[in-house]
Amino acid sequence: MQRPPIDLDVVDYIQVTADTYSSLGYDSYRWADNSAEPPTLAAPTKPLDQSRVVLIASGGIYRVGDVGFTHKDDTTFREIPTDVPTDELRVTHFAYDQTNAREDVNVVFPIDALRALATNGELGELAEVALTFMGGIYSQRRLGESLIPPLVERVQDLEADIALLVPV
Amino acid sequence: MGLIARALEAAGVATVSLTSAWTITASANPPRAAFTDFPLGNTAGPPREPGSQRDIIRHALELIGSATEPGTIVQVGGGWPTEWKAEARELRDHRSPREPVPQYERDSDRQSAIENHGDKALREL
Repeated sequence: MQRPPIDLDVVDYIQVTADTYSSLGYDSYRWADNSAEPPTLAAPTKPLDQSRVVLIASGGIYRVGDVGFTHKDDTTFREIPTDVPTDELRVTHFAYDQTNAREDVNVVFPIDALRALATNGELGELAEVALTFMGGIYSQRRLGESLIPPLVERVQDLEADIALLVPV
Repeated sequence: MGLIARALEAAGVATVSLTSAWTITASANPPRAAFTDFPLGNTAGPPREPGSQRDIIRHALELIGSATEPGTIVQVGGGWPTEWKAEARELRDHRSPREPVPQYERDSDRQSAIENHGDKALREL
């Protein structure tokens, strides 16, 4: 596990959550722990300025007219066209302060930055849709069975070279 | 999100994950992560600062070509005053009740969803 630099003084949310649950008498939460299992690294096949990028965000972002997310283990995802007007995007989530996201959705869904980088040629292009879902799915089994397989398949259908993942 | 990153990468798609929660990300151990030391809910940068947001996304995407070690976490962006950290460390449960039916930012969104999708806009999954 890569430990944070001491001088960064990061907030240890695993510890804060454990202490909060303990103080409230809740059972402890078991975070995914793959720290002893290094991830696979796919070799980048193209330079960034020729790559097709898909944005995947878990902050509960939806487009006006779409069905919103439930706040309980919702394993569905939405497809948002990447030419969407930014002011048609909304957020709903049970666990984070959405004040800033509702003022500027780019803080959890950096669509304007990605469009700017595509326009000035720093990245090749954006996939035609971004994929969004509701984070805070507590069951890793449900995540692994119901969300991850269709999401991975859709990214492959979109022929994305790179996925930018934005949790909250 | 770390588990999704690992699955995508195993399927041949290069990934980079933004994160403002270093220890959660280090535990899930995605292939590459760009750490933004901001309060939760601002992973991709401060609001109404398109220049900062663009720099963060550019630096994150550059990790695809530059990170050679699996599980690399690199800080990107900065400049957020650190006063928020004391509150973030308080032992309070900030979560709202976990409603099992679709939720909307605005009532007008609920109406738009009903027009397009009927009952599905309101139904439990």
